[in-house]
Amino acid sequence: MAGKEDLKLLGLPLSPFVISVRMALNMKGVSYEYVDEDLSNKSELLLKSNPVHKKVPVLIHNGKPICESLVILQYVDELFAGRSILPTDPYERATARFWAAYAGDKLFAAWYGMVTAQAEEDRAEKVKETLAAIEHMEAAFAKCSGGSAFFGGDSIGYVDIVLGAFLFWFEAVRRVDGLEIINASRTPLLAAWAERFGGSVEAKEAVPVTKVDLAVQYINKYRPPATAAAN
Amino acid sequence: MAGEKKGLQLLDLWVSPFGQRCRIALAEKGLPYEYLEQDLGNKSELLLRSNPVHKKIPVLLHDGRPVCESLIIVQYIDEAFPGNAPALLPADPYARAQARFWADYVDKKLYDCGTRLWKLKGEAQQQARKEMLDILRTLDAALGDAKFFGGEAFGFADVALAPFTAWFLTYERHGEFSVEKECPRLAAWAKRCGERESVAKTLSSPEKVYEFVGVLKKRFGIE
Repeated sequence: MAGKEDLKLLGLPLSPFVISVRMALNMKGVSYEYVDEDLSNKSELLLKSNPVHKKVPVLIHNGKPICESLVILQYVDELFAGRSILPTDPYERATARFWAAYAGDKLFAAWYGMVTAQAEEDRAEKVKETLAAIEHMEAAFAKCSGGSAFFGGDSIGYVDIVLGAFLFWFEAVRRVDGLEIINASRTPLLAAWAERFGGSVEAKEAVPVTKVDLAVQYINKYRPPATAAAN
Repeated sequence: MAGEKKGLQLLDLWVSPFGQRCRIALAEKGLPYEYLEQDLGNKSELLLRSNPVHKKIPVLLHDGRPVCESLIIVQYIDEAFPGNAPALLPADPYARAQARFWADYVDKKLYDCGTRLWKLKGEAQQQARKEMLDILRTLDAALGDAKFFGGEAFGFADVALAPFTAWFLTYERHGEFSVEKECPRLAAWAKRCGERESVAKTLSSPEKVYEFVGVLKKRFGIE
């Protein structure tokens, strides 16, 4: 229902989980207060709102907290009218949920392992895993899009924003390591999708270009000093 | 695809708490289905074709189309058969979010911790024991004095956790604690769940689960 809702989102500047929630709220045209957390010094509000995991994102709606990004996304979709984020058909919803969970769990774990790996051996292993996961997402795109522009069909949907929130990180990795996680010859469908998604209002609103630079800085923290200086 | 079976089929393993979630949901909804026991040591063509990404059970096939991941399957069952009572997820969006949060919590924490509890020894096992007590106490607190995690009605979070009540005995014996003593509300909830036909008919007996874990331990060379 239209009218002022008391919405506060606790987040982190670079978290793809937080960014996907911001995309969803923007898609619904809902205004909210955004607060960046400092994970080394978690706020009273965060600890009170998410005592179980103590993580972001947390959406606080009229004082009531909702935690876990995929739970928040579905909450936002079900509560607020306007553009549908998840599909309406039950089988398509199940498929969208599967791939959103896959991107959030498997792809994220592989990619984050790659970014933070210290030993070259470990990094190489994680690169392999990340690329394998992206291959699965390529097949997913073919299945979900049915030939349309996005995972959600003609317009951006659930899987689009979950995976799309990673794109600025993939760009940062490309700048630091020269590695293209989404590559036009290996995963042509995703490469084309990434261009379309990157150019969308949803992406531009939630991910200003400065985020790539911040992500590059973050990655360089995990690199030995010589390599970091070269970038 | 040739010969797509009409109706519902469940690819599953008898003792899997994840598969049992689906069986409970199907029973609650009064939905007939064909149960297909899988040999995970020699995975069937059907399983590999239906779940190429994870190659795991459970998989629900509806008119030949696969749905994977137990909690996604349970939601699918709820949404694809809206005419079949009871609704497993409540109508209120906030209550739905709470149900999904706790189901996700069980997924993230319980099975892995339980596995470490029976697989490991010494300091690592003690750590697993500590974590297990923490998990069970957290669930106990979340339940509070409510009849079910869904409130008055047995719902999504209850379905997510109920199969694991058959594993409590195994956790208790390996961790040397009593769920009844540590988490009396959770223990009472487990009893209430067990009184539901869908749960009673689905769960493996706690002794059978313990025996199964014993077989696994032998296979892994654990005493």
